[in-house]
Amino acid sequence: MTITAIETASRRTSHAGLAERLGGASLVGGAAGATWLATAALTRFWADKPDSDWVHTDNTALLFAAVGAIIILATASSPWIALSQRIRRYAPWFLLLAVGTASWETVTAKLGLLPMPFFPPPQALIEVVVDDWPRLLEGAIASLRLLAGGYAIGALAGFAIGVAIGWSIRVGYWVHPILRFIGPLPATAWLPLAFFVFPSSGSASTFLIALATGFPVTVLTWSGVASVRSDYYDIARTLGANQRFLVLKVAIPAAMPYVFVGLFMGLGNSFAVLVVAEMLGVKSGLGWYLQWAQGWAAYANMYVALIVTALICSSLITLLFKLRDRLLSWQKGLVRW
Amino acid sequence: MVAALMQKPAGQAAPAPSRGLALDIGDVSHHFELDGKPLPVLDRVSLRVASGEFVALLGPSGCGKSTLLRLVAGLDRPTTGRIFADGAPIQAPDPSRVLVFQDPTLYPWRTVWKNASLGLEARGLLKSRRGRVDEALALVGLSDFANALPHQLSGGMAQRAALARALVNDPSLLILDEPLGKLDSLTRITMQSEIVSLWQRSGFTALLVTHDVEEALFLAERVIVFSSRPARIVAEIRNDRPHPRHRGDPHIAELRRQVLNHLGLDATW
Repeated sequence: MTITAIETASRRTSHAGLAERLGGASLVGGAAGATWLATAALTRFWADKPDSDWVHTDNTALLFAAVGAIIILATASSPWIALSQRIRRYAPWFLLLAVGTASWETVTAKLGLLPMPFFPPPQALIEVVVDDWPRLLEGAIASLRLLAGGYAIGALAGFAIGVAIGWSIRVGYWVHPILRFIGPLPATAWLPLAFFVFPSSGSASTFLIALATGFPVTVLTWSGVASVRSDYYDIARTLGANQRFLVLKVAIPAAMPYVFVGLFMGLGNSFAVLVVAEMLGVKSGLGWYLQWAQGWAAYANMYVALIVTALICSSLITLLFKLRDRLLSWQKGLVRW
Repeated sequence: MVAALMQKPAGQAAPAPSRGLALDIGDVSHHFELDGKPLPVLDRVSLRVASGEFVALLGPSGCGKSTLLRLVAGLDRPTTGRIFADGAPIQAPDPSRVLVFQDPTLYPWRTVWKNASLGLEARGLLKSRRGRVDEALALVGLSDFANALPHQLSGGMAQRAALARALVNDPSLLILDEPLGKLDSLTRITMQSEIVSLWQRSGFTALLVTHDVEEALFLAERVIVFSSRPARIVAEIRNDRPHPRHRGDPHIAELRRQVLNHLGLDATW
């Protein structure tokens, strides 16, 4: 997942000028806004298929109209405002989304071509957000809390172990075989064991998330420390550095780019374990919500929970990228997220 | 720049040592292990360097000169023989003997100032001697780039920063391992003159490894010519021309002919 993220990021620069090349930002922006307004009109004035009980059709139309209005305003307003600039840049995307939403609305709510309840229309999703947001919020908070605990423990432990293996031959001798044997095992394979060894499903999940995070962080920190140029140590040694200085001020800063690759991989792994743990044992969080919604055939709830989960995961990755850009700003030609 | 060099450093900073270190390399041989077989690199090298002297070590590339420098710096121990600094055997690296590599080897995550202050920070002296860092950067003409990161510097500037990092420690022996090897010829000529004026001002002993005959003759008082690996001392050539020297000086041209002769390259001259 990290690799995809990095590829996307590296392609972004070439996408920046796409709107302009598509024949003028304002033209595409205007078309996107107009299409959203048309989608709103379609939603509002074309009656839903008979025997439907969607109460938020009008509100959904209003939402679409608001999106259209914002895009048109941003396109018409000064291009120097940051938000308007962003909206302009993504105008082709907004256009595509409008067409997609209109088609979705048509084949579900209006024509009823797709089987219900598996494929709910946009207004059903809006209904879920309006009616069930407290439970979604609660789930999101529970998930984030579990993830934060496990990830922090895994990242810190992985970092410390990685530095220790990379630095000390004796630690490497004892830890390396364990790492080789246990590391590649998917953390989820521990699930059955963890749930009866640990006192609560929460602590079991924290352990599993920490394990999933810790392995890549350990391996990459280790290879980062091991690949520090020996000249760096020679320089510090001739200038009077002791072991402590060599570890803290030479090895660790030099290894940081690797450590961050490990942190990204660990974050991706931790999402997977989080959702699985919540589906199988923990009685809260978005994974549990997904499972619960599916059990009740509440597919609209499931889609909303999926979207919320995607937003959270994507935001966390972005956050980590921001942190990396800040800490590793000394690197030349860093990929921006 | 030259005016700045002439000024006495102001403030509480520790004064530069007035005396360079005297070096005594006694019958040093060294070999590496390569695929389980010993690879001899130094063959019974003996050399005395007087306090404050500027000595250049010249030889074909890969002959083992840099190995000798690492031994003098205390980074490695010789297989046989001993090296004394002011009469004391060299056992480990020491900030009085600072090495400048061909590659500037600046830490890319530190600014120029933080790189230059490395030695003081490592020894816990940074608080009391901050002024030395500013002075050293001024000395190499990098005051305006104190907050720049290494990747923003040109090759010459990076090598100056490396020089400042060495000078901050007031070394009594400056060990230069082809420090100008990767620079363009114009920067090289400028930096050669700057190294000479630094040496004249600070009074340290200088040991320079180079495979550039002109550079050796332009900078050093004594040029030691090495054979190819394993390195043995083939000849010693003294250049007592005072600084500033002139590259077109017929005396230097004559010395150059002699050196090339010792390196077996006289036919090309």
